[in-house]
Amino acid sequence: MLPETLWAARNAPRCAMIPDDETLTEAGLALTGARARLLLVACGALAREIIALKEMNGWDHVDLVCLPAILHNTPDRITERVAETVTAHRDRYDRIFVVYADCGTGGQLWEKCRELGVEMIPGPHCYSFFEGNTAFAARSEDEITTFYLTDFLARQFDAFVWKPLGLDRHPQLLDTYFGHYEKLVYLAQSEDDALTEKAREAATRLGLSFERRFTGYGDLATQLAKQART
Amino acid sequence: MSEEEEDIILSELDDDDLVAQMFDDLYDGLKEEIEEGVNILLERGWTPYKILTEALVGGMKIVGDDFRDGILFVPEVLLAANAMKGGMYILKPLLAETGAPRMGKMVIGTVKGDIHDIGKNLVSMMMEGAGFEVVDLGINNAVEAYLEALEAEEPDILGMSALLTTTMPYMKVVIDTMIEQGKRDDFIVLVGGAPLNEEFGRAIGADAYCRDAAVAVETAKTLVSRKHNQGATV
Repeated sequence: MLPETLWAARNAPRCAMIPDDETLTEAGLALTGARARLLLVACGALAREIIALKEMNGWDHVDLVCLPAILHNTPDRITERVAETVTAHRDRYDRIFVVYADCGTGGQLWEKCRELGVEMIPGPHCYSFFEGNTAFAARSEDEITTFYLTDFLARQFDAFVWKPLGLDRHPQLLDTYFGHYEKLVYLAQSEDDALTEKAREAATRLGLSFERRFTGYGDLATQLAKQART
Repeated sequence: MSEEEEDIILSELDDDDLVAQMFDDLYDGLKEEIEEGVNILLERGWTPYKILTEALVGGMKIVGDDFRDGILFVPEVLLAANAMKGGMYILKPLLAETGAPRMGKMVIGTVKGDIHDIGKNLVSMMMEGAGFEVVDLGINNAVEAYLEALEAEEPDILGMSALLTTTMPYMKVVIDTMIEQGKRDDFIVLVGGAPLNEEFGRAIGADAYCRDAAVAVETAKTLVSRKHNQGATV
């Protein structure tokens, strides 16, 4: 088990300030702290991991605000929401770091961050930087028929996949959506048998084979450590 | 609901009411009802082209408009498309026999590394509905597959689709290869897919970015007509 994951498992009660997944999905996370040197503007799907890293490393000079994770399903709205949040808080912080990957914005989020003079985490998706962008890219050609889940997406499979695709109401659409997929890979940030079973069940529901890969926090940990140091 | 509303006998409706009911049935994704409606109109002597344009495409236009306006969502659009596909399956061979007007020809495919085809399939269907002949290359197409199809099919339009930020740059690989081989100006190139935008379309040298199937059809009609006019004046 990686150090940050071990730490998070042992210190779960200290992370009680984290809202439940439904709140992170629909509302995000209100600004933690009043004013620090660095503000992280992040996706709600990353709140648990970021707070765990913040507490483990004692990053008291880092505040966090999260947008609703469900924006994942409407990527055309992400850039605007991130820009609004950066603009709303920028006068109160020395620096702001955007903890989103491209997330389906087609490069628009990267361009907007450049325009706003803030940095963001590289990579196409959170599941890429959890695995490590280099490793993910190296596998990508061999995994075009793979569907990925992270811890958050495994917990919120119904809210992010099953219901928005209408599979609860129209199961006959399953083949339309997933007919070309072959495998579900659960990129695990934590060692959690119950969550692994949930991910395996998601694979079964989608008619896909299942593989679990433990990633820990991957590039998220290294990128945030770099930001917190500077 | 009254008993009268529960039991609509399609064959008892006059033409206008039947077409209106088919619009509703398409909207609700009722494939069997659409197939029945198409067969009734054929029996009444409607030409396949008239059924396609007035009953099916007309109904799908409402679906497309409501999708654009956020009233309908992807699952409902897919069900409607599936219903339309049922009607098209009956009409397609008849359209060829009866010499329906042809707007042009399109080769379309999802780019290399990408297996997503929902948007592409909707575009293919709506283009066929609008009178275009469509050659669908499917998913995960390398540049060679596109170029071979352009050579063999001699279409007016090349359509490329991508859903992933990581695969959309491949469209530029295809366009650049067309330029290298001196073929770029022989075809109209349309691109689409969720992460794309107009700026990206311009940057890679496409003729247009199409945000949805309805826009793809209108753009295709406009550009094909312009191309033919230019050809006529040379």
